[in-house]
Amino acid sequence: MSTQSAHSEAAGHGSPGPSAQAHGAHDVRAHVKVYMMVFGALAVLTVVTVAASYLDIPMGPAVALALLIATVKASLVALFFMHLKGEVRSVVWTLLLTAVFFVALMTIPLSWYFDGPKHPEGTGPTARSLTTHEAH
Amino acid sequence: MSVAIPYTTDPRPDTGLYNAKLGVWLFLASEVMLFGALFSSYILLRTSAPEWPAGSEILDVPVAFVNTLVLIASSVTMVMSWASLKMNDFGKYRLYMGLTILCAFGFLGIKAYEYGTKFSHHLYPAESTFLGIYFVLTGLHGLHVIGGLIVNSYLWGPGAKMWKTEPDRFANRIEVAGLYWHFVDLVWIFLFPVLYLL
Repeated sequence: MSTQSAHSEAAGHGSPGPSAQAHGAHDVRAHVKVYMMVFGALAVLTVVTVAASYLDIPMGPAVALALLIATVKASLVALFFMHLKGEVRSVVWTLLLTAVFFVALMTIPLSWYFDGPKHPEGTGPTARSLTTHEAH
Repeated sequence: MSVAIPYTTDPRPDTGLYNAKLGVWLFLASEVMLFGALFSSYILLRTSAPEWPAGSEILDVPVAFVNTLVLIASSVTMVMSWASLKMNDFGKYRLYMGLTILCAFGFLGIKAYEYGTKFSHHLYPAESTFLGIYFVLTGLHGLHVIGGLIVNSYLWGPGAKMWKTEPDRFANRIEVAGLYWHFVDLVWIFLFPVLYLL
C-alpha cells in the first residue's frame, strides 16, 4: 500500500477520513454556506440574462450585456466552485497564459475585417463568390 | 514490487499542488482553446453572413433556460459531494454525486428533446449556417457532458472502493472530476446566451 496515505492519515485526526491538507473539515463547512449563496446568485443571474434579452436595445450593447452577465456567472463558478480564490500561483499563471492565447484566438479571425468594412451582401468566408467561381 | 504514484495527495514542492490538480487545469486550458476556436468560428460566421436569425426565432428559450438551471444545480451538487468527503461523510458524498449524475441525465434528456423537435421539423445541421454551428457547439458540449457522466458514474460506483483504502486520494479524484464538471457548466453559461438569446 502506498506510504503516502498512511503518512497523511497520521497527520490527520486519526480517523480513516481525509486529512487536513489545504482544507480542514471546519473550513469546508464554512464553504458550504458560500456554495449555496453562489447557487442562488447563479440562478438569479440566469433569470436576469433571459429578462435582459427582452430589452429593446441595439445588437452591440445586447452582446456586451449578455457577455458581461455570462462573465460574472463564470467568475462565480471559477472562483468558488473551482476554488480559484486562494489557489496557488501555478494554476493562476496557467490560466492567465490561457487568457492571453484565448484573446489571440478570438482576434486573429477578426483581422479579416482590418482592411475596412465589407460589401453588405458579405464578402466574408461564407460569401458565395469565394465558393462558386462565377464572375462578380 | 509496486511503486506508488508520487504526489497523489502530498503537494509537489515546485507547483504547490498534487499532480492531478495541475494536470486537470492544464487539460481545461486546452479545452478553453477548443471551445474558443468554435466560438471564434461562430463570431466570424455570424459577422460575415448577410443575414442571421435571432436565436429565439429558431430555438426554444424556456426549455434551454430550465436546462441551464439543471446544469448549474449539478455543479452545486458536485462541489457538495467533494465537500462531504472532506467532512468525512461518505453517505452524503454518495447522495450528492448521485444527484449530480441525475442532473446530467436530465440535461441530456432535455437536450435530446430539443434536438428531436428540431429534427421533426426537418431542421437539420445542413439546413443553415446557424443550425450548423448550433449543432456543432451544443453537440460537442453534449459529448463533454456524456464524458463527465461516465467518469462521475464510475466514481459513484466501482471507483468509490478507494475511499476505504486511500481516502485522501479518492477525495482528490472527486475534486479533479469536479473541476472538469464545473468547466462543462462554464461552457454552457456562455453557450446559452450566445446561441439562444442573441
